Amino acid sequence: MAKVIVVTSGKGGVGKTTTSASFASGLALRGNKTVVIDFDVGLRNLDLIMGCERRVVFDIINVINGDAALNRALIKDKHCDNLFVLPASQTRDKDALSLDGVGKIIDELKESFDCIVCDSPAGIEHGAFSAMYYADEALVVTNPEVSSVRDSDRILGILAAKSKRAVEGLEPVKEHLLVTRYNTGRVAAGEMLSVDDIQEILRIPLLGVIPESESVLQASNSGTPAIHLDKSDVAEAYKDLVARFMGEEVPMRFVTAEKASLFKRLFGGR
Amino acid sequence: MAKESPAFKIKNVNLPIFIAHVLTPDLDLFKRQMTAQLAQAPAFFASTPMALGLGAVAEDGTIPDFADLAAFMRGLGTQLIGVVGGSEAQRQAASQAGLGLFPDTGPRPRLAPVEPAEPEPAAAASEAGTAPQAAPNESLPLPFPDLPLDPASPETVEPVPEIQAGTVRTTLVIDKPIRAGQRVYAADANLIVLAVVNAGAELIADGDIHVYAPLRGRALAGARGNAGARIFTLSLEAELVSIAGVFQVFEHGIPDAVRAKPAQVYLEGEQVVLRPLPPMR
Repeated sequence: MAKVIVVTSGKGGVGKTTTSASFASGLALRGNKTVVIDFDVGLRNLDLIMGCERRVVFDIINVINGDAALNRALIKDKHCDNLFVLPASQTRDKDALSLDGVGKIIDELKESFDCIVCDSPAGIEHGAFSAMYYADEALVVTNPEVSSVRDSDRILGILAAKSKRAVEGLEPVKEHLLVTRYNTGRVAAGEMLSVDDIQEILRIPLLGVIPESESVLQASNSGTPAIHLDKSDVAEAYKDLVARFMGEEVPMRFVTAEKASLFKRLFGGR
Repeated sequence: MAKESPAFKIKNVNLPIFIAHVLTPDLDLFKRQMTAQLAQAPAFFASTPMALGLGAVAEDGTIPDFADLAAFMRGLGTQLIGVVGGSEAQRQAASQAGLGLFPDTGPRPRLAPVEPAEPEPAAAASEAGTAPQAAPNESLPLPFPDLPLDPASPETVEPVPEIQAGTVRTTLVIDKPIRAGQRVYAADANLIVLAVVNAGAELIADGDIHVYAPLRGRALAGARGNAGARIFTLSLEAELVSIAGVFQVFEHGIPDAVRAKPAQVYLEGEQVVLRPLPPMR
């Protein structure tokens, strides 16, 4: 049974698109036939992060309006054979995303894909709503600071009240917390909320922690999802995230500051 | 043969409606004042269902011409849908005029003695003052008019007069977190929340509010003027608490004695009191 997973946050700039790209790539690397849909109509970014911006011909609005068949709009990822991108339109506005139209696309995708990842725009307006409406599971991306946590709380409330599952009285959307841009040093210094602080407020299960890292920016600029960066913390953290999502027990890494022991300090690295 | 798919589903819901309490048997006076009142906010009352509260005129034996009143109200853009309370004869006449019969909500509408010096604050005015708004998108059961809260002046907000002290209330129980932007209104009921109430969320109950988890949002108990209502929580971290319209914000933090501790909130005179709950053992 195909799963629809929305990557959402409320607040902008917390790492939704970065996460969508890496999460979808990770699912595909594990053998799931995966499609990732950019719902940020008017401000499309996912194609850039995935490095397929030069191959965009048709987009989700073309498909909704019947200008193009769905399979013509899907772009095959350059890293994974079983990963496809459905780009957003750059020129239309969000109102073109009709809920019915999105529903038809998702139903059609469910026939041939295992995982459908919906990259939500920021905010709680129509675009974000249409991204979350059909979700079975939600990856709520939060940065360790109060405004991001508050916005995630708001999104969780909307998911619980207005998603299709909520409206139709089905089993609620399964919620997962993903903390991104986590800097253990700054948490220890009291400048950032800790994972515990965030969970104390949001009270949903933690699926992963992605450390703050400059390599994310380089990955974005080069059009490579961060999960493909060899030997980086971020790639490891995203792989852990995907493993946990697939039901594996993986210990949480990057949560506590590495305490350099006296021994280490004397003799350097590992 | 295929079974017919169901054509309807009957559900029990609580819908917000307005009650216009009739305070005089003089219907000309009633019509004149009602016309003036509704003229102030014609769009707001457009096609709004309204019930007539007959509690105050039940004893005086008059039987209003309900068909005429319904036509008059329709002329003003609102729909009379029924009567609340009233004498047996009044209710019979209302029923014959095609109006629904709601059970009485209390012995009679009592006007809250907010200002003891003044004889009777006008009921209609206070209802109009609490300008209701459209349902916020994901509020749980019901929308509720925003109480005019002004953090700068923690004064008494005139409660909408409808007090049911001593009556048995039902209870609305919620076992999921109430999150930022969500609002729960327990109409004519107590409210029990078994999960966290986060900052930016709002609880409103006509009766008491119990939160068996941290209370970080706003909690307004006794929303229709029951000064005996109380708020209980296992961890008081609220942004605002209010009993019967008397509210308190915590600009400088919640007092140490109750902050993040099991506590109750109640009204002593015009003063909101915060008290720690006694230790369990």
